[in-house]
Amino acid sequence: MDPVASAVRLEVQEAVHILSSSEDGGHIVSTLQSLRRYLGETETQAPLGEQEEFSRTHFSTVLRCVVGKLSPDWLDLLPDGQLKELWASFFLEGPADQAFLVLMESIEGAASPSFRLMKMAQLLARFLSTGRMAAVMEGQCGQQAGPASRLLQETLLTRVVGLPDRLGNRLQREMLAAFFPQNYFPLLGEEVLRVLQAVVDSLRGGLDCSVSFLSQVLGKACVHGRQKEILGVLVPRLMVLTQGNCLWQRVCWRLVECVPDQAMEAVLKGLVEAAPGPEVLSRLLGNLVTKSKKAQFVMTRKLLFLQYSCSTPVLQSLLGYLAMDSQRRPLLVQALKELLETWGSSSAIRHAPLEQQRYVSKAVLICLAHLGEAELRACRDELLASLMDGVKNRLDSSLPPVRRLGMTVAEVASARLHPEGPSLKFQYEEDELTREILALAAPWPVPDGPSEAGLPVAPVGGESPDQETVDGGGPQAGREGSDSELDSDDELVPYDMSGDREQRNSKTPAYVRDCLEALTASENWERWEAALQALEGLVLKSPAATREVSLELAKVLLHLEEKTVVAGFEGLRQRALVAVTVTDPARVAEYLAVQFYALNYSLRQRMDILDVLVLAAQELSRPGCLRRAAQQGSPGPGSQPSVAAVPAWQAVVEERVRRKTRRFCKGSAGWAAAAGPNEFNAVAGYFFFPLLQRFDRPVVTFDLLGDDQLLLGRLAHALGALMYLAVNTVVAVSMGKALLEFVWALRFHRDAYVRRGLLSAISSVLLSVPAERLLADLPDELLEARSWLADVAEQDADEDCRLLAVKALLLLEKLRDRLLPLSSP
Amino acid sequence: MAAPSPPPPDPQFVLRGAHSAVHAVHFCDGAEGRPLLLSGSLRGLVHVWSLETRRPLTALDGHRGQCVTWLHTLPRGSQLLSQGRDLQLCMWDLAEGRNAVVDAVRLESMGFCRASVLAEGPQRWMVAVPGRGNDEVQVLELPSKTSVSCLKPEAGARLGMPMCLQLWQAESSSRPLLLAGYEDGSLALWDVSTRKVCSRIACHSEPVMGLALDPRRARGVSGSAEKALAVWSLEGQQALQRGPGSPSPGRWASTHLGLTNPGIADVKIRPDSKILATAGWDHRVRVFQWRTMRPLAMLAFHSATVHCVAFDTAGLLAAGSGDQRISVWSLYPPT
Repeated sequence: MDPVASAVRLEVQEAVHILSSSEDGGHIVSTLQSLRRYLGETETQAPLGEQEEFSRTHFSTVLRCVVGKLSPDWLDLLPDGQLKELWASFFLEGPADQAFLVLMESIEGAASPSFRLMKMAQLLARFLSTGRMAAVMEGQCGQQAGPASRLLQETLLTRVVGLPDRLGNRLQREMLAAFFPQNYFPLLGEEVLRVLQAVVDSLRGGLDCSVSFLSQVLGKACVHGRQKEILGVLVPRLMVLTQGNCLWQRVCWRLVECVPDQAMEAVLKGLVEAAPGPEVLSRLLGNLVTKSKKAQFVMTRKLLFLQYSCSTPVLQSLLGYLAMDSQRRPLLVQALKELLETWGSSSAIRHAPLEQQRYVSKAVLICLAHLGEAELRACRDELLASLMDGVKNRLDSSLPPVRRLGMTVAEVASARLHPEGPSLKFQYEEDELTREILALAAPWPVPDGPSEAGLPVAPVGGESPDQETVDGGGPQAGREGSDSELDSDDELVPYDMSGDREQRNSKTPAYVRDCLEALTASENWERWEAALQALEGLVLKSPAATREVSLELAKVLLHLEEKTVVAGFEGLRQRALVAVTVTDPARVAEYLAVQFYALNYSLRQRMDILDVLVLAAQELSRPGCLRRAAQQGSPGPGSQPSVAAVPAWQAVVEERVRRKTRRFCKGSAGWAAAAGPNEFNAVAGYFFFPLLQRFDRPVVTFDLLGDDQLLLGRLAHALGALMYLAVNTVVAVSMGKALLEFVWALRFHRDAYVRRGLLSAISSVLLSVPAERLLADLPDELLEARSWLADVAEQDADEDCRLLAVKALLLLEKLRDRLLPLSSP
Repeated sequence: MAAPSPPPPDPQFVLRGAHSAVHAVHFCDGAEGRPLLLSGSLRGLVHVWSLETRRPLTALDGHRGQCVTWLHTLPRGSQLLSQGRDLQLCMWDLAEGRNAVVDAVRLESMGFCRASVLAEGPQRWMVAVPGRGNDEVQVLELPSKTSVSCLKPEAGARLGMPMCLQLWQAESSSRPLLLAGYEDGSLALWDVSTRKVCSRIACHSEPVMGLALDPRRARGVSGSAEKALAVWSLEGQQALQRGPGSPSPGRWASTHLGLTNPGIADVKIRPDSKILATAGWDHRVRVFQWRTMRPLAMLAFHSATVHCVAFDTAGLLAAGSGDQRISVWSLYPPT
């Protein structure tokens, strides 16, 4: 046996014996101090060989022994906490990994709230604050991995990363602030940086080093969801350090490369989110995506297709990273192809949440902005093919946001893919999203080319304001100069100019029949327009005259085309048609509902029919609300300007009356809505049943179950609305039954808009049909509907659908609650 | 708006009895300073109305039944100029109850252009009338009737006929200028003595029907068959005064003010430069604040096209219309 080893062992055994049995303070101190010689920090150092032997084999034994003795009495054996300092110095100065392991072990082994636990925790906090964690990790960097040390590393790794959790478990409410994850992980980040610095230094000195332990720490911390804390410290510093420093860059690349596969996603996501731009990302990662399959999968598939939580700047730096190096650009092209395919796939459009579709659209545009002409030209045909497919699929969708995404992306992409050809142009209303998307489309400079690609747009916008100021500025400048002395006084009060309307030459028709004639035969466009504008008022004024010609009037209005430009044509026509329907509901509503399934109508007309039926039903069931709104909207064309004066004196008189009247109490004003019979009661069937009759029988031009799904969605919504308006009517029960059948037939429709319609229809059935009748007449249907609703609420891809299903379920619950007290006694 | 705007005003009074559409109105001072209103009718009569009794004093018949399109009294003296569609520019002497044509100038053009007068001296006037050629403007000196100059646009200009004229002399210059609105919607500023166009601006897309100028501010307004008024100002007026051959012609700046209905027959600015009035084809007179061009009032009294408006120095506004009536309004009295 090695004489050095045995000498050390003897010494240590004796010391351990003394420590565990002695009660004499002086004795203990002298023993401890003799042991300290092996740590090498004192004046009388032990020989180097003995130090190594001690730290390799005996250090943890000694530590465990010292920990075992820890108690208030023991520490008080010497005054002034001398013993305590001496005791702590073993942990703070000895080999860090062993000290750390023993600390953790003893903390976990200590009885829950105890003196020892607190002491150890405080010591651990001190251990952390004196930067010993760096020493722990640094110790692992130089070592070659043998099986034993791998086990040690594994243990260290779980302890290092799991420290806040373990301490939290032990300390419960006594937890020290240093161990909170939000404090600990930034500290860990600092320590990692210090170790990296040491690694870089030793590499400079020609020593071999491994960063794999650091990578594991990083990976594990990220897997634990602490990306923000640890990378928030690491990335800014690394960003500075890697700038123009190859060695640092290499170390950094290596650090990410060595991250274990299962942690790669977490680390990369954290890095992409923390890096302030593609350049930094590129410096930190290097060509990682070409070296590591896992990294490539994460960067080009997982973050693009499977997740959609990244914000736009993050997405930009991710794709920008792919675009920054010639080795990575093929990946970008590949990603663009796949993105476009996903963007346009009809199944993705139907089943992916809207949020994800937006995400993919943004990614497509960012890719396009990054790619150069030549690269795009190389795969133009492929891209154009999937783009065109996608546009078609998107325009077919019945959800406006999906269509709008299709239009915006297609406009930008076609202009980019086919700069010389005619670009696509759509009409859509701009909103925040489209503006954001269009802003993404500004091309980025290609890495090698001159960096002026982003400029050409600017001068066009920049010049025009100048010209305007030249035009408009002249008179103003001249005015100020010469007017100051001329017009000091004038604040001339303008007279009422509300009567200032466009002048018409022809007379407005005064009778319904005149209007009818003007609308059908007239070549005099002013008269035609006047007739259209007067019609609603006339119809409401003379219901008897309207009833005589109601069907013809409805026919004419339904077929009316906008022959001249009339402001608000659609609204005028719709209001007139609603007025006619309200005046003669049975005949006109039935006529309209039958026409809905007739052969030669446009989509627009069929939608109008649905709208008119719903509005008319609303008007009938709540008389007055629509009419009043309409009259406020458009005062008659013949109103004299002097009318405007009337309210003024009325107000004055009322004010005077109010001031001179004393009231003792006041009822709630404005609750004077006239209660009247529900006129819809008698005619609801005419509105409802003809619409339900033939939805499954396609005609040549109209196939509700096929291409015309948009209209089917509208139909479902309209039926739901009619059902809702039929509340308290006699037919509600049979309507509800029919509607539930309709819903049942279509419940698995692939279009989200149709499904929304069906769900709202169910809700209105639940609201309108009396609860007892529902239970008595339709129990099976209700049960089936309930299970379907539960399915939709959980699984549907469309958020609105889920929401509507939940609402319907709530209604069902309420229904049950209302019935239970009735049945229980 | 805290206070509600007052209801639209009613006319101060209405003059009936012209018995045909009124195409020209003009305020003047009669004997002993009594205010008179002159009106020219479609049937060729010039009515003289007393604003005190609100009755016609007399009717002058000098245009052989043809429409009287323009009336103007010469300052300091009771001489009246009237222009008619019978191609006569008549000079009347109204002093001491006389009503005889003193002199007449034969006009060469059948156009719609109204003449314009500029007093050069106590007994010398300059009048601009449409000239012989389609696009010419002739400037005559009265009473001698000698032609001062004939302003003819360059060969390729294609301005069309002159539609309205305004003679004008800048305060600091002796050089008379002529503003002319043309059929193609452009305005041209002529230097009368050199017969050169100083500058030009295309401010309408339809023929210019009427223009008014505020000489103090070198700013004016014009109306056309369009649905908008054009307000323009002449910059570089000093450059103009420097004389002919000045290398920098005056610059124009114009802005447009939209109207509800198209068609402006006449524009006038009140002598105190506070407000301006337009005569509209939509039967309405519109009043604007001149400085800001803020709409102030819409006078919907007439039932036919309003052909002409006029202000007197006391602030009265008269409007003559195709419904044979002349409405007189008192708005925003000058302080």
